[in-house]
Amino acid sequence: MEMAAVKDSAILESGTERTLYPYVTGTSVIGMKYKDGVILAADMGGSYGSTLRYKSVERIKHIGKHSLLGASGEISDFQEILRYLDELILYDNMWDDGNSLGPKEVHNYLTRVMYNRRNKFNPLWNSLVLGGVKNGQKYLGMVGMIGTHFEDNHVATGFGNHLARPILRAEWREDISFEEAVKLLEKCLLVLLYRDRSAINKFQIAKITDEGVTISQPYALKTNWGFSAFQNPSKGAEGSW
Amino acid sequence: MFRNQYDTDVTTWSPAGRLFQVEYAMEAVKQGAAAVGLRSTSHVVLATVNKAASDLSSHQRKVFKIDDHIGVAIAGLTADGRVLSRYLRNECINHSFVYESPLPVSRLVVHLADKAQVCTQRSWKRPYGVGLLVAGLDETGAHLYYNCPSGNYFEYQAFAIGSRSQAAKTFMERRFDAFNSYSRDELIKDALFAIKETLQGEKLTSSICTVAVVGIGEPFHMLDQKIIQEVIDSIEIKEDDAAAADQAPIQDEDKSSEAAPMDI
Repeated sequence: MEMAAVKDSAILESGTERTLYPYVTGTSVIGMKYKDGVILAADMGGSYGSTLRYKSVERIKHIGKHSLLGASGEISDFQEILRYLDELILYDNMWDDGNSLGPKEVHNYLTRVMYNRRNKFNPLWNSLVLGGVKNGQKYLGMVGMIGTHFEDNHVATGFGNHLARPILRAEWREDISFEEAVKLLEKCLLVLLYRDRSAINKFQIAKITDEGVTISQPYALKTNWGFSAFQNPSKGAEGSW
Repeated sequence: MFRNQYDTDVTTWSPAGRLFQVEYAMEAVKQGAAAVGLRSTSHVVLATVNKAASDLSSHQRKVFKIDDHIGVAIAGLTADGRVLSRYLRNECINHSFVYESPLPVSRLVVHLADKAQVCTQRSWKRPYGVGLLVAGLDETGAHLYYNCPSGNYFEYQAFAIGSRSQAAKTFMERRFDAFNSYSRDELIKDALFAIKETLQGEKLTSSICTVAVVGIGEPFHMLDQKIIQEVIDSIEIKEDDAAAADQAPIQDEDKSSEAAPMDI
């Protein structure tokens, strides 16, 4: 009898769950193609709303031999995506036949996954950056939580779209060297650090070339807060802060 | 092969460890009209003999385009071949949809072989009575595979299936070492030669054969009848020349023995 009552209310209430809001989120990821491959950068912060709660979240991971994936948005959904991709790469390796999934294939697979979830009104709340190199061909693409996808020479998620991309549009070149690319990325990361509330001063830069993947150890950027206007902050309006 | 008490079900082993139903299915392939395939490093050519049921009817379709980069030629129960072609097209389309990238030929072939194997292990099914020559191009190069009703598959430099295919195989066995370096046109010519071998004296015209090519920068497509006839004509001319020079020394005789049909 009890079971039937519970079952009835479950049917009425619809026991299914779906993502409504993100809880632990990562902020911008920026990426660009450079001379020998593709380079991605992201900070290591996981925000819980306005609290900068987690400070060692790796938001860039390598996928198979040929791809790098960076994610912003809900961290648990990113981890779920990594599990999907892990299975995908596993089956690809199990064929053991000389063929392998390249960045283009992984990007399209992710697009299908994201779009499918969006259609069920249960999205994976992420903006993904997929970069990679296969047989000398560089690839860089993005997928959003509603399945919007595209390829470009440089991409960014979240605040990066507004703060970093203008810099990249002005200063990116086809044959930019690795050192120059890092400098350019750090320039963007610094702007994001100053202006994005959810950014923290702990970054990882990842690069991928035909030889393989390298994800750097976390490091911080030097910031400059010694502006004269900060000496007497309430100069403009007494009583404010 | 003679009838015996172990050949009624595909799920019955014979004491000698054979599955007769599977072997009978392979017989069906041997009875079908001939199909040949040849591969170089950059191209794969398929050619088939198209028999019409009568002068009033159209020819049977034995070559199917599966995707831009893969095609098949079949021999045996052509209805089974048609159904399997639909399956192969589906597999390719599904892969392209998810990965936006062509399905590697070796993986398609394994899917097909697994499907064929299922039919050798279910009491309510029968093996497919068709052999398929799968020609395709992918990242790892040009490939030619043969898929058997038994669920086996092998990769070949060149192969022939169907009735009197042994004549074509013998012809190709003598020449296959050079195939990798052949140009596209040389491959087509040799494919038609091989088909000619299976006709055993019957006249080769473009109306009774189909030729298809896939290669680097060239999606899978069937060649126009006119073009096929031109190649056949050029073969014929060479043969006439060789026959005329038959009186001459030994070198010419070698050339004529390669061009003329076998009568051993």
